[in-house]
Amino acid sequence: MSKFKEILLTPIFKDNPIALQILGICSALAVTSKLYPTLIMCVALTITVSLSNFFISLIRNIIPTNIRIIVQMTIISSLVILVDQFLKAYDYETSKTLSVFVGLIITNCIVMGRAEAFAMQNSPGVSFLDGLGNGLGYSLILIVVGTIRELLGSGQLLGIDILTTTQNGGWYVGNNFFLLAPSSFLIIGLFIWALRSWKTEQVEEKEFLMSKNAPKEVETHHA
Amino acid sequence: MLEHYLSIFISSIFIENLALSVFLGMCTFLAISKKIEAAIGLGIAVIVVLAITVPLNNIIYNFLLRDGALTWLGYPDVSLEFVGLISYIGVIAACVQILEMFLDKYVPKLYTALGIFLPLITVNCAILGASLFMVEKNLDFGESVVYGLGGGVGWALAIVLLAGIREKLKYSDIPDGLEGLGITFITVGLMTFGFMSFGGIIL
Repeated sequence: MSKFKEILLTPIFKDNPIALQILGICSALAVTSKLYPTLIMCVALTITVSLSNFFISLIRNIIPTNIRIIVQMTIISSLVILVDQFLKAYDYETSKTLSVFVGLIITNCIVMGRAEAFAMQNSPGVSFLDGLGNGLGYSLILIVVGTIRELLGSGQLLGIDILTTTQNGGWYVGNNFFLLAPSSFLIIGLFIWALRSWKTEQVEEKEFLMSKNAPKEVETHHA
Repeated sequence: MLEHYLSIFISSIFIENLALSVFLGMCTFLAISKKIEAAIGLGIAVIVVLAITVPLNNIIYNFLLRDGALTWLGYPDVSLEFVGLISYIGVIAACVQILEMFLDKYVPKLYTALGIFLPLITVNCAILGASLFMVEKNLDFGESVVYGLGGGVGWALAIVLLAGIREKLKYSDIPDGLEGLGITFITVGLMTFGFMSFGGIIL
């Protein structure tokens, strides 16, 4: 049982797909200005990655190695088409907000990466859990970014006023910076800093070290 | 007429830069931007692939998939738009594969230079994203050629710029937790700010 727990939980903090493996970043930046579309995106990706892992693992022994990428792509795109059509049918507004980013789950490297790195070697049940764990690891970062951006940007969470803004007669002056996409880069950057201060084994090696006795005045001069 | 194409070209490079304004192809953008030479190689590969796949997908969309596109076959009521995603990615994967074989056979020098980057490009979301935007903007064939080319140039420009900054950054004293990925995120954040200044321009 503990093995299953480990497979499920490792990708969330220890080996987070966004913060450590630099995978699947595009959508993390573009859809997070409000929490609701962010949640939909998280659900869509988690479903796709768990099911694609499951199905690819199911046929892993009969896929010829030379054409495995195209087989994986076909399975993944069929799943994404299902998700996309479902969203268009039941929540058209959100599907408009997410625009091309639902389709771009196909090329989200988390899905491809997990299929290639995990599902091709493991049994379907375990692969499903691995997909679920990675989906949740991705969701964790997206939800953090989405919450910070909506709360500080427009004073709301899921459209409900938390900090009443001055436009609505409250006291909070909405920080428009957080509604702009560049803010998510800064938030993820700081999130990585926080995560790596906690789990110090994730810190990357420096390419050059400061010499210990370097005089302070000249240290920043590089031609 | 020429003016119209020129404005699509300029706006796809600066105003709607694929990397810095719509955040596509970020994974490769952050992973392969440590060295300027590698960035240039990848940039050129992206330009070539975008300039081929966007017009090709435009043809497929206009003659096979869109609402009423099959009229010439005698099926005016059929719309195949829902298989769009799978056809675009199929076209892209096939294109990259053919390009790779073609370069290997006829331009081996370029093949060795681009070799490692070409397979990476199939899963670069800038490529699929550009095709999806082409459909969303409803471009005609001529416009899609210009849009593909411009989008590629914009992406290449952005990754070369980032690589230039990162080559300088490795000599600076950065807090431990921010080293590598963290500081790169913040740098890209500041760069996207810079590119937002093109935002209000209407051509």
